[in-house]
Amino acid sequence: MTAFRTKSFATVVAAAALALVAGCGGPAPIPSGDAVQDPFEAQNRQTHEFNKNFDRYGVRPASQVWGAVLPPPVRRSAMNFAVNLDTPTYVFNDILQGEIDDAAHNLIRFVVNSTIGVAGLFDAAGGMGLEARKSDFGQTLHVWGATEGPVVEVPVFGIYTSRHAYGTAVDIVTNPARLVLPFNTPWLNSAVIEVLDTRYSLGASIDASLYDSADSYALSRSIYLQNRRFFLAGGETEDYFDPYEELFGE
Amino acid sequence: MNRRRLLTAGFAVATLAAFPAPSFALDAAQARRLIDEVVADINRVINSGRSEQAMYADFERLFVRYADVPTIARSTLGPQARSASPQQMAAFTDAFAGYMARKYGARFREFIGGQIVVRDARAVKSFFEVQATAELRGQAPFAVTFLVSDRSGQNKFFDLLIEGISLLTTERTEIGAMLDRRRGNIDQLIQDLRGAS
Repeated sequence: MTAFRTKSFATVVAAAALALVAGCGGPAPIPSGDAVQDPFEAQNRQTHEFNKNFDRYGVRPASQVWGAVLPPPVRRSAMNFAVNLDTPTYVFNDILQGEIDDAAHNLIRFVVNSTIGVAGLFDAAGGMGLEARKSDFGQTLHVWGATEGPVVEVPVFGIYTSRHAYGTAVDIVTNPARLVLPFNTPWLNSAVIEVLDTRYSLGASIDASLYDSADSYALSRSIYLQNRRFFLAGGETEDYFDPYEELFGE
Repeated sequence: MNRRRLLTAGFAVATLAAFPAPSFALDAAQARRLIDEVVADINRVINSGRSEQAMYADFERLFVRYADVPTIARSTLGPQARSASPQQMAAFTDAFAGYMARKYGARFREFIGGQIVVRDARAVKSFFEVQATAELRGQAPFAVTFLVSDRSGQNKFFDLLIEGISLLTTERTEIGAMLDRRRGNIDQLIQDLRGAS
């Protein structure tokens, strides 16, 4: 009986998930601007303070050492290496999204960079005009029709929509390259390179948002949502904010 | 193409050439031309080799010249703009321009040695979207979009987006938070903006 109940519960959950995903048909709508659903704001703000300290005493100083010690070509190669290990994840998600062109594009990138590009240290494919086309499981969920959900500030990781947070968890545990290589675990892996290098190259902008703003939580949330929605819309903004409508009361 | 149609087409072109479009009716080509100018000026400043202070002053001049600063400033105040006096709005607009030049001038420093290339312009709603790409040294190119309107009476841009992140939307959030912190006191905000980065 218990077994039966558990099974039927699982069936109901799966059916609900399928309905959520399949019911809408096509990608979920993309909210405009930085319109936000934030029912956990109080909790999120607390975690944001923790994450700010994690940055102040951890990521930021580490990224400065990273930038000071390594010459630019070495940093670029490290970044290429890390992004190459993410590329199978792009291929996987491209397929799930039905983007067969992108899947082939990224698969060729992975093969070329892993061989001619010496285990991914050089972006040989990029030099041939095959630029990186990122995709992730959060995006796959979007394409399947799941809505973005409330925002959550995840300890250490930062601010995410719920959909993007679930997606990132799936990407982390399913990335074959990260799991197979030595010194790579789901929790400590080549993604650290991407974090340090990005924190270093966007240093001044990130410092300004976190430490020189009136409300760093609201600002980070706004910037993240705008950028994420731009990415999901395929590098376009679907609905610009028009200040003249406000002015002229249209 | 038959001869008659060719003649008609030729006549149409000749007519168009004889009567250029009036300059107040903004079209995609004009929006693009405006941004071409903006971009040429920005490229000139970031490669001028002048001191940071001098570059901030240059950016402020460019911002005031090419952007619809009164509309942007008013929009960042949100509903509070309605209760502000004309003197307060004028003082706020002026302080806001300086704040923007210092804040984003510091960002443009990262553009030194790079360039912005204008790609495409098209009509969206009642304004124009001009797409550009920033090509900076040692970085993947990224998308820069200008939104241009003639609603102020002149052709000006009212928003600039980098990878989808709108300057207008971001500053509405930031100025809104600054105003909240000062319990809605616009005079205090103006005074602090004059000193803030």
